Amino acid sequence: MFRRTAFAALAAVAALALAGCGDGTPAASSPGNGSSTPALSGAVNVFAAASLTGTFTQLGKDFEAAHPGVKVTFNFAGSSALAQQIEQGAPADVFASAAPKNMDDVKDKGTPTNFVKNTLEIAVPKGNPGKITGIKDFADKNKKIAICAAQVPCGAAAAKVFTAVGITAQPDSLEQDVKAALTKVSLGEVDAALVYKTDVLSAKDKVEGIEFPESSKAVNEYPIATLSKAPNPDGAKAFVDYVLSDKGKAVLTAAGFDAP
Amino acid sequence: MTLYADVQVSRGSFDLALDLTVEPGEVVALLGPNGAGKTTALRAIAGLLAVDRGRIALDDTVWDEPPRTFRTPDRRPIGVVFQDYLLFNHLSCLENVAFGLRARGVEKQTARLEASRWLETVGLSEYARTRPRALSGGQAQRVALARALATDPELLLLDEPLAALDAGTTLHVRAELGQHLNRFEGHTLLVTHDPLDAMVLADRLVIIENGQVVQEGKPTEVAHRPRTDYVAQLVGLNLYRGDASGTAVRLPEGGTITLAEPATGPVHVAFPPTAVSLYVQPPSGSPRNTWPAVVTGIEQHAHTVRVRLDASPAGPADLLADITPAAVADLHLTPGQPLHTTLKATEVHTYPV
Amino acid sequence: MSRRGRSTSGRLPLVLLLPALLGLAFLLVPLVGLLIKAPWSTLPERLFSADVWQALRLSLVCATAATALCLLLGVPLAWLLARGGLPGRSVIRAFVTVPLVLPPVVGGVALLLVLGRRGLVGQHLDTWFGISLPFTPAGVVVAEAFVAMPFLVISVEGALRAADPRYEEAAATLGAGRWLTFRRVTLPSIAPGVVAGTVLCWARALGEFGATITFAGNFPGRTTTMPLAVYLALETDPDVAVVLSLVLLLVSVVVLASLRERWIGGLR
Repeated sequence: MFRRTAFAALAAVAALALAGCGDGTPAASSPGNGSSTPALSGAVNVFAAASLTGTFTQLGKDFEAAHPGVKVTFNFAGSSALAQQIEQGAPADVFASAAPKNMDDVKDKGTPTNFVKNTLEIAVPKGNPGKITGIKDFADKNKKIAICAAQVPCGAAAAKVFTAVGITAQPDSLEQDVKAALTKVSLGEVDAALVYKTDVLSAKDKVEGIEFPESSKAVNEYPIATLSKAPNPDGAKAFVDYVLSDKGKAVLTAAGFDAP
Repeated sequence: MTLYADVQVSRGSFDLALDLTVEPGEVVALLGPNGAGKTTALRAIAGLLAVDRGRIALDDTVWDEPPRTFRTPDRRPIGVVFQDYLLFNHLSCLENVAFGLRARGVEKQTARLEASRWLETVGLSEYARTRPRALSGGQAQRVALARALATDPELLLLDEPLAALDAGTTLHVRAELGQHLNRFEGHTLLVTHDPLDAMVLADRLVIIENGQVVQEGKPTEVAHRPRTDYVAQLVGLNLYRGDASGTAVRLPEGGTITLAEPATGPVHVAFPPTAVSLYVQPPSGSPRNTWPAVVTGIEQHAHTVRVRLDASPAGPADLLADITPAAVADLHLTPGQPLHTTLKATEVHTYPV
Repeated sequence: MSRRGRSTSGRLPLVLLLPALLGLAFLLVPLVGLLIKAPWSTLPERLFSADVWQALRLSLVCATAATALCLLLGVPLAWLLARGGLPGRSVIRAFVTVPLVLPPVVGGVALLLVLGRRGLVGQHLDTWFGISLPFTPAGVVVAEAFVAMPFLVISVEGALRAADPRYEEAAATLGAGRWLTFRRVTLPSIAPGVVAGTVLCWARALGEFGATITFAGNFPGRTTTMPLAVYLALETDPDVAVVLSLVLLLVSVVVLASLRERWIGGLR
């Protein structure tokens, strides 16, 4: 018990120190222009939602190019799993979550900023063999349908959509994450699944997207924040700034994310 | 019906070529040293391995004739008693004996009845429910015999049936096995390396060495007229080849043996080790075969001591003598010790090569 | 040992005892962690929710069915490996163990590629017979059997290779054909190995997650087995996940312990 208290105290000191430093560093004033921040070095550990895998990998490379000597390492997984890992003391510098709720689960952090939002889209296999026309088909018992389980963010979003449309969905499977739902579509196992726009775009050679107006009822916000116990606070701050910079936004929107 | 077995099997550099017949009611013993090919022959006749060349048939029914005909063991009317019996440990003795009948389609109740009759025959009725693990060696052997005989086979194959028993029980079990074999009307082939088993149990001996038959005949005939060193040692005889001229047989490596009856030409000379006597001083008197000799080895047997001697140049270079332990003490026998040996001419048998 | 007072084998050597106890602790301490963290106060109400029993029943039924499927196919396969005299046997054996190495999720994808609605075999099953395995309990059984079968095959093959083939020869000389010999002689003699393999197989099937959720999907009452329920509960309410895990643990320990006692105890 003593040890935990001591650790928390240390963390608090570190957090204060981080806040104190952060205010004065030139990195904050010139986001995206890393060459003017000579202090950056070491590794930056970024814990990011699985749906950010493609874009953040790209951003990480760009960031490393802008800051020679800095190595960005990623841990991509479900947001809730990441939140738990961080709470259990995983050495993370930055957390980018696919839902505000998981961000809230993490206690010791800087102020989160919503950096993108993602809207749902109907994904159907190439050629639309199930002849899906719109969101109402999700209530059709004769269609093979996959949606995310209610426990994961994309499932919660899907539930909001169905309420807004006023239908009871008839899924054949409640997938454990959005990528699993997408896999079922790309293999043709289901006629349709409700996934994010970015996912449709990432599998565009196997999957077609069908937009629907009610998607605006369930917009998913992605918050990002530095962590108070970050082993590399300067690197953490610089990376978050880079994601929020115009360059970062360009990469994210190209992948189908909307600006917040 | 007669069993004809022309078994030819090649395994690497080892070649087995065995030609034998077994008549109904006859017990033939296949006798030979370890590695002679006895068990290979038995396995071929049982159908546990296929011959490379040759033919195995019971009268007109061919069991194995390459390249076309081969009957698997389950389609041959045989019963086998294996060296370590191979009783099924997950079945009771009764179920073991009934196994062959059940496998051959006999209805369960009938099979069990027949099996218990067989257990009674071998005197093990009270062990019907016992697992084989709990039996003594002799009992297990009898269950194995009952199991093999229960299916009323045409051919009974016994692979070293007494080898796994301790010396104390062997005598008793051997006698009992002999009685069962006497009663059995089918053909019996017994594989053994023990001459005593062969002599007691078999009507005819087939002796093989290195995959070849070296001698064949009735036990008494083989015992008195061994044709190779192995057979001679097996039956405990001194055996030599020489040239006879009158009552003297000249040995090729030198030395002479004197006979009671005259003979001519190349002959086998055989005499039991008990016919040889040992003396410290040169004996005087009647024995005509008297040779100075040197002790080369001493073996302790159950009731006698076998002494190996070198009697050259006057007599044979390798000579066996059986004497009593008391005599060993009297003579203070040690290897390398010079002695005098005598051989009674009346105990020497000769027969043409 | 303590009942007899004295042991004939002497004291246990410390070099063995120490790592043995460490090993035991290594396996048990995480379970103790689960027990300590379990929300005991709210346990009964969580336990008696219909979802838990639904998932548990499905788990038990599917794992048992998968084990039966593994026995049906795996024992003959083990026999073929041990006694078949196949050329390239070691290569085949290596392939048999592939599901052990393959991440189960990949195994699930592989199953979809073959048995899915558009899969190599699955598309014919669908068009000819109207059979579609994914998203059905049958799909759960297939996924679990795929992952669990190697455990059975390896155990049974080991037992077969250790068994003395001369007993089979003895049976043949008594007139038994190969099938009868296998049933009445081979199988009883390797029974302990088969039981051990079955236990491993069942346990593996019961805990199967990756291949199941990938191939059979996740729908309560149809394909949501306990491990899937645990995983999804972990997303929102770790307490529920702990409760579910404890139930799964308790049931499997009770089943395995009692079966072992009965099967192996009866054979000895």
